[in-house]
Amino acid sequence: MSTTVSFWQRMRRTPYQAIGAIFMIVITLFVTSIFLLMVGGSSALLTYLESKPQLTIFFKEEKDKTDIDNLVNKLNATQKVANAIYISKDQALEIYRAQNQNDPLLLEMVTADILPSSLEISAISPKYLAELADIVKDEPGIDEVVYQKDIVDTLISWTTTMRRVGFVFIVFLVSSSFFILLTSIGMKIALKKEEIEILKLVGATNWQIKKPFIQEGVSYGFLGAIVAWMIISLILLYLRPFISSFLKGIDSLSLWQITGFTLYIWPPNLYLFGLLWLILIVFGVMIGLVGSLFAVSRYIRSTN
Amino acid sequence: MIRFNSVSKKYKKSVAALEDINFSIEDGEFVFLVGPSGAGKTTLLKLIIGEIKPTHGSVHVDDYIVSKLAENKLPYLRRKVSFVFQDFKLLAERTVVENISVSLEILGKTTVEAEKRIEAVLSMIKLSDKGNYFPRQLSYGEQQRVAIGRAIAGEAKILLADEPTGNLDPKTSWEILKIISAINKDGKTVIMATHNVDIVNSLKKRVIVIKDGKIIKDEKKGSYS
Repeated sequence: MSTTVSFWQRMRRTPYQAIGAIFMIVITLFVTSIFLLMVGGSSALLTYLESKPQLTIFFKEEKDKTDIDNLVNKLNATQKVANAIYISKDQALEIYRAQNQNDPLLLEMVTADILPSSLEISAISPKYLAELADIVKDEPGIDEVVYQKDIVDTLISWTTTMRRVGFVFIVFLVSSSFFILLTSIGMKIALKKEEIEILKLVGATNWQIKKPFIQEGVSYGFLGAIVAWMIISLILLYLRPFISSFLKGIDSLSLWQITGFTLYIWPPNLYLFGLLWLILIVFGVMIGLVGSLFAVSRYIRSTN
Repeated sequence: MIRFNSVSKKYKKSVAALEDINFSIEDGEFVFLVGPSGAGKTTLLKLIIGEIKPTHGSVHVDDYIVSKLAENKLPYLRRKVSFVFQDFKLLAERTVVENISVSLEILGKTTVEAEKRIEAVLSMIKLSDKGNYFPRQLSYGEQQRVAIGRAIAGEAKILLADEPTGNLDPKTSWEILKIISAINKDGKTVIMATHNVDIVNSLKKRVIVIKDGKIIKDEKKGSYS
């Protein structure tokens, strides 16, 4: 003899309401996680690109170590250089080979002689690039000074906009979903207004009335989070080859570094999926909890 | 014990629903509350469970001063005073057993305790074979028996019944009355508001007659007149 009604029984007895509520949570969490990944990914990409050589000095001929040291010292004196690496012709060939290992035709055509030696310089901020370029452009033996200021500037403005728009969008989406969810849970509870009245008449305390509704809301949040996580994980795995070709040459993108541990947003990894799962569960449960608590409290007050 | 001290109730912008009501009911008594529709019977019952507050006077149930009881104390009063309605007020999405177990869940009974009690209640209301039915699968008479089962399953010492036979045919009404009488013989106080002349006259219990919000007759072993 079953004397109590479990969450599963409640769900089975009103399946459409339950599916509707879970569906709302799935959509909210799915879109939120896509934006989180996009904002996180673009931010990691920007950080990566900023840390890459931004100023490349190509030399007419191979330079000896003294010349290179002098030039590096001169640049370091400005205190605007983060890092400077000399790439010899042979090293340039190695890099070229690594990048084009799948294309034998390109490998055959190129030798170390064709490739110039270069000095790759990272500035502490992209805004110093022009200044550093000015210092070196009149040095002897320099063929060309290349810096991707425009690209970096575009990227910075693109990422900043993305962060702002993404944030506004997430806030908008989450709040609108929250209110829709509140309405749908509210409607579900409105249908149970009589049940709340009856429970009050037989001596249930407010908490005893709220508890099953909250359990239901939290369970919807939990189930919604799991479904959203499964969808987003499958999409990420499906899109992996496409993103991989988009990010050609970039092996990994780190999102956070915390004392010896680095969380990579690219390539997709277990930690990333784990973090996403955690965020979605916490977020889903929160939405279900706050939504149901808010709605049931309102109806308890209205039946007083 | 239930005691009304000079109780008056006035709803907004309307005439008095109850006026200067004084009476007391001892533990274990069976009292019929009779009178025409709108006389104030339901208002009187609602005052006992604290669903409404009197405009003047005080309502006492055992140690509770219901008229002054804080909102958060009401649930504890309602565990002592249970209510049976004319329209049953069953939970449509719960089975007979689950409807009855609501009163036990509230008291925090374990599943084993609840099962034992529910079996006894089902046997008393003669629905042992329909424990897993939903209210919509039952007749009106059976639904009212479930409502009574829910009312007596817990620890209530007082049963208030507001026209419990109002929706039922005479034969079923008598079946319901038999169950309510048995509950009273078990030691519980019963206050039953009714229009059913035959029932009131045949049982020879205390009768309180209300008309236009006032008690016009209060007789031991009374009749509907």
